[in-house]
Amino acid sequence: MPAHGDRGANGGQWYDDEAGPVVRPYAMTRGRTRSAAEDKLDLIALVVIEPRAVNGDLEGSSELALAPEHQHIIELCMVEPMSVAELAADTNLPVGVVRVLLGDLLDAELVRVRRPVPPAQLPDERILREVINGLRAL
Amino acid sequence: MDFGRSETGPANSEQDLVALKILIAGGFGVGKTTLVGAVSEIRPLRTEEALSAAGRPVDDTTGVEQKKTTTVAMDFGRITLREGLVLYLFGTPGQDRFWFLWDELATGALGAVVLADTRRLEDCFAAVDYFERRGIPFAVGVNCFEGARTFPPQAVRDALDLSDSVPVVLCDARDRESTKEVLISVVEHALEASVRRRTPEPSAP
Repeated sequence: MPAHGDRGANGGQWYDDEAGPVVRPYAMTRGRTRSAAEDKLDLIALVVIEPRAVNGDLEGSSELALAPEHQHIIELCMVEPMSVAELAADTNLPVGVVRVLLGDLLDAELVRVRRPVPPAQLPDERILREVINGLRAL
Repeated sequence: MDFGRSETGPANSEQDLVALKILIAGGFGVGKTTLVGAVSEIRPLRTEEALSAAGRPVDDTTGVEQKKTTTVAMDFGRITLREGLVLYLFGTPGQDRFWFLWDELATGALGAVVLADTRRLEDCFAAVDYFERRGIPFAVGVNCFEGARTFPPQAVRDALDLSDSVPVVLCDARDRESTKEVLISVVEHALEASVRRRTPEPSAP
């Protein structure tokens, strides 16, 4: 560990030269690159809005100061459940950043995540038949 | 055998919400994005993953003084088959050095299309090998570029040393109907594989 972590003295600098270039998008996550929830956040995991986020009833989540990027995600999910990949594309943010932001929203119980069919349960033959028929009917 | 597995998730109306994915793999410039665009109901979206030494534990940078940040683009499209059943198509990053991203993409994938160009067949060897090793059902779509000689599917099968069960389909990645056929062949192949696993072959008398 670098001994010169003079955090308070120069206005909260939390990295030093050894850290290398800081990835700019991660400034939105206050430098966090991982989320405790990221195991849940597969690219096609669907993010569903919680009613309290729709109602604007954000009491009790005051510990989370919503950044514009959080708001943007909530707005996108209000229209319809969105996959993590779509959220990344629509917000123009790297997937890793979206995962961290979603972790915040999960913690605040503003969204929930509908995980994709677990690999162990794939493939469900009934669903596969439905996919085939659905593709034919396109 | 363990039959004790039970649903642990709460039963709710979202139980019917199913998202599936099919990967579209193949060499650089073989038409992956074109194929996704031909069937996707949305303009193929591009999402980027920022890779940094900090963000990826798989990047062992011990002893490497220079830290680099790079991004990998993944194209994807969406097909809503019915309310609550959505199929996502993911074009895999072409560069070999992003193999670890493939692992994330491949997890839970229902199957894959390996798009091949007969003028550069070797470009798809890596993808074929990848899906074979992981037991992910895949079909080979031979993208029939204008000006390229058309080879019979059997010649492609031989050249790629594919097992007989792997579908090889001639296709035009720009064409919606043609692309649908390729996707259907993948799902049918996945279904066959699933049926085979469920009903083990009876031992010979």
